Amino acid sequence: MEESERLKVFEQVVLPHLDAAHNLARWLAGNDHDAQDVAQEACLRAFKFFGGFHGDNARAWLLTIVRNTFYNWLKKNRPSEIAGGLDDEALAVEDVSVNAEAMNLRLADAGVVRRAISELPVEFREMIVLREMEGLSYKEIADLSDVPIGTVMSRLARARKLLQKSLAGEFQTGGQI
Amino acid sequence: MNCLEAGPLIDFYADGELDAARILELEQHFRGCPACALAWRNAQALKKALKQEALFFPAPAELRRRVRAELRSQIEPGPARSFWNWNWLTAATSGLATACLALLLTVTLNRPSADQRLAQEIVSGNIRSLMASHMLDVVSTDQHTVKPWFNGKLDFSPPVKDFVAKGFPLVGGRLDYISGRSVAALVFQRHKHIINLFIWPMQTRDSNPAVAASLQGYNVIQWTKAGMTFWKVSDLNEKELMEFVQDYDTENPPGLPLTGTN
Repeated sequence: MEESERLKVFEQVVLPHLDAAHNLARWLAGNDHDAQDVAQEACLRAFKFFGGFHGDNARAWLLTIVRNTFYNWLKKNRPSEIAGGLDDEALAVEDVSVNAEAMNLRLADAGVVRRAISELPVEFREMIVLREMEGLSYKEIADLSDVPIGTVMSRLARARKLLQKSLAGEFQTGGQI
Repeated sequence: MNCLEAGPLIDFYADGELDAARILELEQHFRGCPACALAWRNAQALKKALKQEALFFPAPAELRRRVRAELRSQIEPGPARSFWNWNWLTAATSGLATACLALLLTVTLNRPSADQRLAQEIVSGNIRSLMASHMLDVVSTDQHTVKPWFNGKLDFSPPVKDFVAKGFPLVGGRLDYISGRSVAALVFQRHKHIINLFIWPMQTRDSNPAVAASLQGYNVIQWTKAGMTFWKVSDLNEKELMEFVQDYDTENPPGLPLTGTN
């Protein structure tokens, strides 16, 4: 295929998912500048490997590349965040008795929800973004993040418990985003 | 279905990943249990809140413009450009391995609370496996197919044995995730009962005889041998399950951790 033809197909098949790519990169990186760098590099890498894409889910394919690009970037720029990883405390989330009224109030406030998500460890945060915002299935998330499907399930469950815990807790003073 | 069984399924239901039979059981449970019904409403409310548009970060116009411009410059003739680092795959993999190692929890029998939590995880793992699509990653009754399948997926080599002669045929295996690490799960069958056997290496090489417990209607048996911990869980009665443990224990050579022992 001619290079210009290849680019045209890429623009039709893959670039419509640039919003999803940027959204994932933004949630992973935590700020606009790094998110744009990651999303852009991922797109260029996707184009490079476009010849190897034969699937029917261009969005999941692009998100896989965004995720890999991000972790590569993280290793290079903020290795301490990888080394920290998940800790036992994060793993051992106790069952929370949720104050439903408090939680519903806070759920209505996008800023509060945004901060609660951004405080999750990155391994949990990506599960929430892929499942809730991108609507990917457990299987798709497992393939995309190269972990067993059981890991996806347990990380999602823990992520949700952490969110419920922080959203149902007492209102904190100040510190709004 | 009781609350302990219903709890882990609520998320799967909210995600549309629960099979029809369990949906019916779960909904029936909600009708009689205000606490679980509330947990279900909370799960839905959380899901809805996480999908709100205000949380989504669409690509800024500037990024869109830059990506298109960069792509155009890629296909124009000129000196080759190197944007990427080919190590990304290795980086992601080793990062994951580090995270897994950092997660390793030590559990000993003199810490009942940790043990109880682990037993709960084991039972949840068993319940997860009974969901329609997650029982087996490798389907085979041949131990020589199942054992090599784990190569490269785990940092140890689980002992795999078939006990078809004793009435416990091997059905297959899968990767599972218990106590913050990837573990081997072997699936056996006894008549219509499914038996999950979870195996992973310990940090010590102690051996402990089998201890039985009952949780949420499932029988759980735990023992350690030659540096491996074994958790067996099934709705099979304890006596038959224990027979199986004795068979496994005597006929089984110790598994060897591939990464050395600490």
